[in-house]
Amino acid sequence: MYPAPFEYYAPTSVSEALSLLASNADAKLLAGGHSLLPAMKLRLATPAALIDIGKIAELNGITDAGDKIVIGALTTHHQVETSLLMKSASPLLSKVAAHIGDTQVRNRGTIGGSLAHADPAADYPAAILALGAVIEVQGANGKRTINADDLFTGIFATSVGANEIVTAVHVPKTNAKGNGVAYAKFPHPASRYAIAGVAVWVNIQDDIVQDIRIGVTGASDHAQRATKAEAALKGKPMNDSNIEAAAKLASDGLATMGDMFASGDYRAHLVNTLALDALNEAHHAAHGW
Amino acid sequence: MKVSMKVNGQSREADVEPRWLLVHVLRDKLGLTGTNIGCDTSQCGACTVLMNGEAVKSCNVLAVQANGAEITTIEGVRTNGAYHPVQQAFWDQHGLQCGFCTPGMIMTTIDMLKHHEKLSDDAIRHGLEGNLCRCTGYENIVKAVRDAADKV
Amino acid sequence: MSVIGQSIKRVEDPRLITGEAKYTDDLTLPGLTYAAFLRSPFAHANIKGINTDKAKALPGVVGVFTGKDFMDLNAMPCAWQASGAQNNINTPRAIEPDRVTHTGMPVAVVVAEDRYIAEDALALIEVDWEPLPVVTDSKKAIEAGAPQLHANAPNNIVLDWHCGDADGTAAALNASDVVVKQHIVNQRLIPTPMETRGCMAQYNPAADEYTIWLTAQAPHVGRLLMTAFVFGIPETKMRLISPQIGGGFGAKIYLYPEYVAVTALAKKVGRPVKWQETRRENYVATTHGRDHQTDIEVGATKDGKITALNVTTYANFGGMISTIAPGIPTTLYGRLLSGPYKLPHIHARVVGVYTNTAMVDAYRGAGRPEATYVLERAMDLVANELGLDPADVRRKNFVPSNEFPYTPADNLLAGLSYDSGNYEWTLDKALEMLDYQGFRAEQAEARKNGKYLGVGFSSYIELCGVAPSAWIGLPNQGWGAGLWESANVRMHLTGKVVVTTGSQSHGQGHETTMAQIVADQLGISIGDVIVQHSDTLGTPFGYGSYGSRSAAVGGTAVFRAAERIKEKAKRLAAHMMEANVDDLIYEDGKVMVKGTPASSKTIQEIALQAAVGYSLPSGMEPFLDETSYFDPPNCTYPFGTHICVVEVDAKTGHTKILRYIAADDVGNVINPMIVDGQLHGGIAQGIAQALYEGAVYDDNGTLTSGSLMDYAVPTAGMLPSFETGRTVTPSPVNPLGVKGAGEAGTIASTPAVANAVMDALKPFGVKHIDMPLTPEKVWKAMQSGNGGKG
Repeated sequence: MYPAPFEYYAPTSVSEALSLLASNADAKLLAGGHSLLPAMKLRLATPAALIDIGKIAELNGITDAGDKIVIGALTTHHQVETSLLMKSASPLLSKVAAHIGDTQVRNRGTIGGSLAHADPAADYPAAILALGAVIEVQGANGKRTINADDLFTGIFATSVGANEIVTAVHVPKTNAKGNGVAYAKFPHPASRYAIAGVAVWVNIQDDIVQDIRIGVTGASDHAQRATKAEAALKGKPMNDSNIEAAAKLASDGLATMGDMFASGDYRAHLVNTLALDALNEAHHAAHGW
Repeated sequence: MKVSMKVNGQSREADVEPRWLLVHVLRDKLGLTGTNIGCDTSQCGACTVLMNGEAVKSCNVLAVQANGAEITTIEGVRTNGAYHPVQQAFWDQHGLQCGFCTPGMIMTTIDMLKHHEKLSDDAIRHGLEGNLCRCTGYENIVKAVRDAADKV
Repeated sequence: MSVIGQSIKRVEDPRLITGEAKYTDDLTLPGLTYAAFLRSPFAHANIKGINTDKAKALPGVVGVFTGKDFMDLNAMPCAWQASGAQNNINTPRAIEPDRVTHTGMPVAVVVAEDRYIAEDALALIEVDWEPLPVVTDSKKAIEAGAPQLHANAPNNIVLDWHCGDADGTAAALNASDVVVKQHIVNQRLIPTPMETRGCMAQYNPAADEYTIWLTAQAPHVGRLLMTAFVFGIPETKMRLISPQIGGGFGAKIYLYPEYVAVTALAKKVGRPVKWQETRRENYVATTHGRDHQTDIEVGATKDGKITALNVTTYANFGGMISTIAPGIPTTLYGRLLSGPYKLPHIHARVVGVYTNTAMVDAYRGAGRPEATYVLERAMDLVANELGLDPADVRRKNFVPSNEFPYTPADNLLAGLSYDSGNYEWTLDKALEMLDYQGFRAEQAEARKNGKYLGVGFSSYIELCGVAPSAWIGLPNQGWGAGLWESANVRMHLTGKVVVTTGSQSHGQGHETTMAQIVADQLGISIGDVIVQHSDTLGTPFGYGSYGSRSAAVGGTAVFRAAERIKEKAKRLAAHMMEANVDDLIYEDGKVMVKGTPASSKTIQEIALQAAVGYSLPSGMEPFLDETSYFDPPNCTYPFGTHICVVEVDAKTGHTKILRYIAADDVGNVINPMIVDGQLHGGIAQGIAQALYEGAVYDDNGTLTSGSLMDYAVPTAGMLPSFETGRTVTPSPVNPLGVKGAGEAGTIASTPAVANAVMDALKPFGVKHIDMPLTPEKVWKAMQSGNGGKG
């Protein structure tokens, strides 16, 4: 309940934050604090220093950038959930944000913080993969980008460098005709994290799948694409039997985890079941039904 | 470190360690004990306050993160001595028994109703997922929120 | 119009909705220090040594203490030993000096200037542990070769107790058309009141007295136990106060080691000391509930009349015995196994077992939910075996409404009888609320489309309004005290009434309901009545609030005291009006000559006269001040039928509750809104047992469901809306006719939900699944059944 002591810094710019990161070996970045502080309260995490980037105004906000939307790393889940721009132009993240935690968590948790923390049962990772989003980070050598497919590397592990800060997430617009997105989640009754969560983005022309991306979270040690399921639909008609066949492949290749609440087998089954729901929903959305 | 906040409309200052949680500063340093602590995993919501108008779990905010913020606690929701419609609705509908979760429920409800005046029962239940109650089974809490929605 | 039966808004609420109410952790005193307990990470271990030097040296630490510092105090008392059996009792000390028998037992305590420093100091205490082998399962613990927890309990057996008639039941089973056998688990639960336990103590050296604020459902009992049994000092040396309490559900009844330690520390450090447990501590060290493993044999005729029930239960007590633990699976469980049914033969054997887990004691319902779950699963198992309708089987076996008071067979209730009941009435009401025939048609149609709906019944009685002292006490059931309740009613010269009571409200609204009783009796405004409670200074000794007793027993004491006020008022009014007291009646707050309303005195006028004492009849003492101690002649027996309708998702095994119907009879109702609220809350906890909750220990005795991240206390989104219906069959046991409503919801609901899920799974040929009925368990059962084609 009571965190261990630490040094505290509140930089007002990204460059200030970066130099603090570089000069404090055992420092963690603090954004919304809804992944880090719970761990610190139980003394599972005891960083010597916290660098609070919460006041860096330039990192908050959702901007229309033509064919994509740029979401600042400090944008809260509530902002993403309720953004009219997101809901009309790229609704998947808004749908997913509504599932994260609860009202109070959504008011504080940030997209940058969530992605950098990479909880294997968080919701955003599935959507980021499904959208093929691009994550912008900044380090001592300046800015670089990381494709979603290269972001999650293991349990609580990403390819963001130790002295880098996530600054923004670029998501494609998905509102062109024939595009449909969906997210289906089976929450843990106690923690509300995803036992399994499946996000889908499909692009259909004349009912043939031009492009499809499926992101799966909650079932294994990091979020992954359901590549076999994708392959089973790409280039094919998006009809009931193809959807069903693809859904059955959604958990293929996933090393599912088991815990007190759900075994690995059951998680795999849930992935397939949720994939079916998400594919159907995305299909309907693509047709505007 | 010194933190200053506006709490219930008043400027307050406290000398805090960076690790002190906002809820402890509100309760132990500023004497605002209406906000309660019911867990240590940031789930139960008994500690909910408004920070810059939004419901947050004050057990999961460092006091230093609240530097410069506007905080409203349960002690600050009455206006000119009259109950806030949400407070009144909880009383009218028997939306509380032991009262421990109640301040947090009221603060979350105030936030919820700011964004939506008319909410379905499902939406009310979803909106309250961050506030646990062990006494009421939520039946009358949902009634209270519905009642308040008609009055805000 | 009488205020009894009206849904008066609660007078407690203004301080609760504004945050002004003071719970234990809200309190402070000048010079206050904070305590933190170092708790054992091992489930079974010897303490070879403890080094507290580093902790003591941390700036801000006032003192660090271990078990040896509290050896001048006795261990916690066990106040209720199950009668008719040997009880092998071991209770905790304030701080364990040598050996721990469950994770979370306190082994050292830090006192510091603030909470954060106290926590920091814990990490600096060095304990030299010698881990011992661990056993967490009751049935494994009694096997030869299992780790032995206590020298006085061979095979870890706490007690081996039985009730009913073993031979007659066995014979009746042998002669039955069918016998259904089933293994049934009632899983361990963690009560989780929203407020954890807390205690603040202050010692006054000049008077050698302690003042203790603590989260206690029975402060008078707590004081008695602490003074007479633990500290060995007179009661007058301690004042216990329960401030606002944030829920109890039984878990705050007991005298816990931490309360004793904090109290002793106040004297040791010479400053006030406060402790408020974290939720993690609450989960490992506050009592748990339930944890029964049961085997039943139920016999029936082929048309569904139950002929006999034999029950064998292994009840887990945990690593030590809590204050009233032995009475729960015996008196409050075994003796309730006839339920609302006219069972001709019944026998129950209960084996209490020590394991390396947290102590188990009463948790909302305390024995009756366990009994109802066993009985109501049995009724459905019999119905399924015989191909009969489960509602019909229940109806067929009910005690008929013209057979009350009803004495269960085989002396099951040890001399008591059910007070009043009309079980068919509530069953019919519930069926009508559901439209049962309509549902079965809907269910059949849904099955054709691969949709699995289920309906579950739970017809229950419960025993509450505890209890006649002679029955529950040492001479009969073994509780080492009485169980009456007290009230003092005093009308001041201004006409305002102060009620003090030995009951303790921790959310039930006693300040309102007891005011309603007095207002109704005396014919005055509710606003003129204030109810004070929860402070041993200024309230008469009372046994506190649990076992749904505060209306039936506490409320009756209030009623009786108010009645005595009325009697004295009449005698004084006779004197004031120079009338004959036999010609006077008390009505609408006035004493008047029968038939001559103009000739009357208001109660306020009488109170003034009584208080000033200028002219009182000879022999009459001044003031309107009456006390009553009410010892009920019987317990009370609420009853009802709950019906739950569910849909089980064949794809995931997830259960959604479509409807929850409760038809309850709690006797007369003082405040319908408050009674409904109690039912709602109770139902929520019972649903949670069926679907969501379950305490889990691993083989090392670590509580893996150690927080709200793993233990699924339901949110608003996980519960349905409740439809409550009511019948009223007044209780003849007390003049209010009330039975009690605090636990009935929990007692009834768990089997209603479990039976509904099993009914939904009928096409899969699944006989029984143990709770919680998690999606994976249900889904797995559906896979192994015959594919939904029943």
